[in-house]
Amino acid sequence: MMAASTAPLPDLLHVDHLAVDFDDAGQTVKAVRDASFALANGGRLALLGESGSGKTVSMMALAGLLPDNAVVRGAITWPALAMPPLLGRDIGVVFQDPMSSLNPVLTIGEQIAEVGMAHLGQDKAAALRHARDLLERVGIPDAGRRLAAFPHELSGGQRQRVAIAMAIAAGPKLLIADEPTTALDTVVQAQIMALIDRLVRDTGMALLLVTHDIALARGMAEQGVVMRHGEVVERARMDALVTRPTHFYTQSLIAASLDLDRPVPARPPVPAVPPLLAVNGLAKALGRGATLTQVLRGVDLDLRAGETLALVGGSGSGKTTLARIVMRLIEADAGAVRFDQGDLLALRGEPLRLARQRFQMVFQDPLGALNPRASIGRLLADPLRLHNLPHGEDAVAALLRRVGLDPVLARRRPHEVSGGQRQRVNIARALATRPALLVLDEPVSSLDVSVRAQVLELLRGIQQDTGIACLFISHDLAVVRAVADRVAVMERGKIVETGPTAEVIANPRHEVTRALLAAAPRLGRTTVEEGVVA
Amino acid sequence: MLRRFRHSREGLAGVLLLTPIVLAALLAPWLSPGDPQAMAGPSLLPPFQDAAFPLGTDRLGRDVLAALLHGASATLIVAAAAALGALLMGTSIGTVAGFVGGRTDEALMRLTEAFQAVPGFILALALVSVVGPSLGSVVLAITLSSWTGPARVVRAEILSLRSRDFVDAYRVLGMRPMQIAFREVLPNALPPVITLATVVIAAAILVEAALSFLGLGDPNRITWGRMIADGRAVLRTAPFLSAIPGAAIILTVLAVNLIGEGINEALAGKRVAA
Repeated sequence: MMAASTAPLPDLLHVDHLAVDFDDAGQTVKAVRDASFALANGGRLALLGESGSGKTVSMMALAGLLPDNAVVRGAITWPALAMPPLLGRDIGVVFQDPMSSLNPVLTIGEQIAEVGMAHLGQDKAAALRHARDLLERVGIPDAGRRLAAFPHELSGGQRQRVAIAMAIAAGPKLLIADEPTTALDTVVQAQIMALIDRLVRDTGMALLLVTHDIALARGMAEQGVVMRHGEVVERARMDALVTRPTHFYTQSLIAASLDLDRPVPARPPVPAVPPLLAVNGLAKALGRGATLTQVLRGVDLDLRAGETLALVGGSGSGKTTLARIVMRLIEADAGAVRFDQGDLLALRGEPLRLARQRFQMVFQDPLGALNPRASIGRLLADPLRLHNLPHGEDAVAALLRRVGLDPVLARRRPHEVSGGQRQRVNIARALATRPALLVLDEPVSSLDVSVRAQVLELLRGIQQDTGIACLFISHDLAVVRAVADRVAVMERGKIVETGPTAEVIANPRHEVTRALLAAAPRLGRTTVEEGVVA
Repeated sequence: MLRRFRHSREGLAGVLLLTPIVLAALLAPWLSPGDPQAMAGPSLLPPFQDAAFPLGTDRLGRDVLAALLHGASATLIVAAAAALGALLMGTSIGTVAGFVGGRTDEALMRLTEAFQAVPGFILALALVSVVGPSLGSVVLAITLSSWTGPARVVRAEILSLRSRDFVDAYRVLGMRPMQIAFREVLPNALPPVITLATVVIAAAILVEAALSFLGLGDPNRITWGRMIADGRAVLRTAPFLSAIPGAAIILTVLAVNLIGEGINEALAGKRVAA
C-alpha cells in the first residue's frame, strides 16, 4: 500500500533525560546527568566525548549492560520495536579491546556459532556454516580453516573482525561500536572502520559509534551527539558539527584534533652537531622454536641533540623492540649502538646503572608505567635518589611544575589523577635526571584529543629549553607531523623510508608510508575506504 | 578498603568474635592472677556450680577458666608468631622465584614442592620430637610446615606483575633488581597474601593444639590443646574438660576465617571498582 510506505518510520531509539548514578559502597558517583538523543531506524549516530564524559555509560544503559549498582533514571524507548530489544539478537556490540571481549579458550568458530544457536535456532552444523559465511563477510581470508583458530592466534585487527562477526551474527537492528579501533594502529583502524561502514550500508542496521575521535566520527556517522561531564552539550548533523560547531567544547575538540590538512608550527633548525645516538645494523629475533620471528633486520638510524626523530610503522613493525634495545631492557642479537661517543651495548653492571641517567623512556600506557601503590611524590623522587641527586620535597615540586602540574599532586596515587596528568608524571620522572636522550613510545596514543595536544606542546617546550634528543615512536602520522623533525618509516624490522617530516608526508615514496597517510582520519573527509586486509 | 571491610558481614562477625578472645589473652594476668597451673580447689568440679570456679576445675583441682584465659595467650602467640614466620619465609622465597625466574625459580619451586610433599603436621611432629618441645620449636615447626602456600601465591602474583611496564620503568631508572622486586613489586602482590594469612593463622592454631594434645607443646605453658589432652582421661565422666577448650579453638579458628573472608570481600570489591 502506498500510504504505508510513505508514512515516516518510527525512530529506532529514543533516549530522554537519561541519568545514571553508581552506588559505590555508600558513595554516589554521577556518571550521566542528562542525556537525550534519538536514533532513526537505519541511522548512524556518533556519541562523542572524552574520558569521563558519560558516553560509554549512556551506551551501556541503552544496551542493558550496566552493573547492578547503577541507578538509571529517564526513559529509553524503542518506538520501532514491538518488544524491548534483546542483547545479542537485536543489538550487537563491538567493544574496544577484542582480546578481552573474546573467550580465550573457545575457537572463534564456536564463539560465533553460539550466537546463531542462541538467537536463530540453528543447530550446530548450520550455525558453523553461518559462522563461516560471517567470517567471509568481515574479510577474514580462508574462513573455513580459520573457524578452528583461537583468539590468540589472530592479529588485533582480525580479532576485532571476529568480534564484529559475532555482533552481526543474529542480524541486529542496531550495531553498537564502543571505541572499536582505539587498540589498533592507524592502518588497521581505517580497515575496520571501512568494514563497519560497508556492513551497516549492506544490512541497513543502525549504527551507534562511541568515540573520542571527531574526525573518525565525521567519516562514519550522520548525526553527532557531544557529551561532557555526563551531559549532552551539542546535537547536530556531523558535517554541521565539524564545520559550524556552536558549543565551545565542540569547538575546542575540533581545535585540538590533529589533522593532516592543517598547518603545524615550524620547528627550529637542528644544529649541525655529530649524532648523539647512532644505531647500526641492529638485529633481533624474539620468541623461540616455531614462533621465532626476526623482529629487527638491520636497522640504521641516527639522532642529534635537540632533534626529534619519529619512528613510524604499524603494530609488529619492530618500533618498540628497537626502543627496548636502546633502553638496554633487552639485548640485541647483532649490530651496534653508539651513544654519547661510547658503545652503549658494551655497558654492564654498575657503569650501565649509572649511565642510565643519560637516557630515559616514557612508556605507552601512562597508568601501567607507574607503580600503583606509590605516591606521585615517591615516584618522582625515585630517579633522583637512585642517582644521588637532591630528592627532597622541593626537588619533586620543581619536577611537577616543570611539566605543568600542581605540587600538591605529590601526595596522590597514580589512579587518583587524570590520564593526562599521569602521562605528565611519566614525563617528569623521565626528565628528572636531565637525560640527553628521551625515547617516547606512543606517549599520546592513549590520551584524549585535547589532552594529547597539551602533552605534545609540553614536549615541544621541554625540547626547546633543554635541547634533549627525542626518539618518538608512533603509528599516527598526524601526531608525528606536529612534533618531529625527521621521520623513519619502519616495516617488518627495517626502515623503508626516511627524511624530513614535511617532505615524507608531502611526497611519500614507499607504499607503507602512503598507506599510513591514507588511513589517518581527516576532518574534511566524509568517506572511508576499505583497504587491504591485515 | 576499611570502608569495604566494614560493609562485609562475615568480616564484622569475625572481628566481634575474635575481639573478646584477644582481650582475654591480653588481660589474662589481671583477670585471673596467679599461676593457672596451681591447685585452687576441689577436683573435677563441674561448671556453673561454684561462683569461685565458673567453669569448674580439672582432675588436679585447677581452675578451668584461668587455664582457658592463660591458654588463649599461649595459643595466639604461637599461632601469630608461626604465621608471621611462614609469611616472611613464603613471600621472600616466592618473590625471588617469581621475579628472578629461570633456574633460581626452578630450584626454589622444587624446594617448595619437597616441603609440600611431606604432610605439614608430620613435619611439625618430627621436628618437635627431634628438637624437643618448647615455644620456639613449636613456632619453628609450624612455620616450616606452612610457608609453602604463601610462597606459591606470591610467586604467581609476582609473575603476573613482572611483565608490567612499571617494572621496566624502574629498570630504565637504574633501580637494582632486588630493590624493584621487594620494594616496588612485592607490595602489589600482598593483598591475596593478607587473605591467606588468616588461613595460615587458623591452621597454626590447629597444629599447635594437635601438638599439645600429643604432649609435644611447651610443658611450662597451658594451651588449649593440652587442656583437651588432660581432659581426655576423664572424657566420659567430665566431658566439659575437653569440650570447653575445644569450643574455644573452634570459635577462634572460625573468627579468623571469617575475618579472612571479610578481607577477601573488601579486596575483591576494590579490584572490581579499579
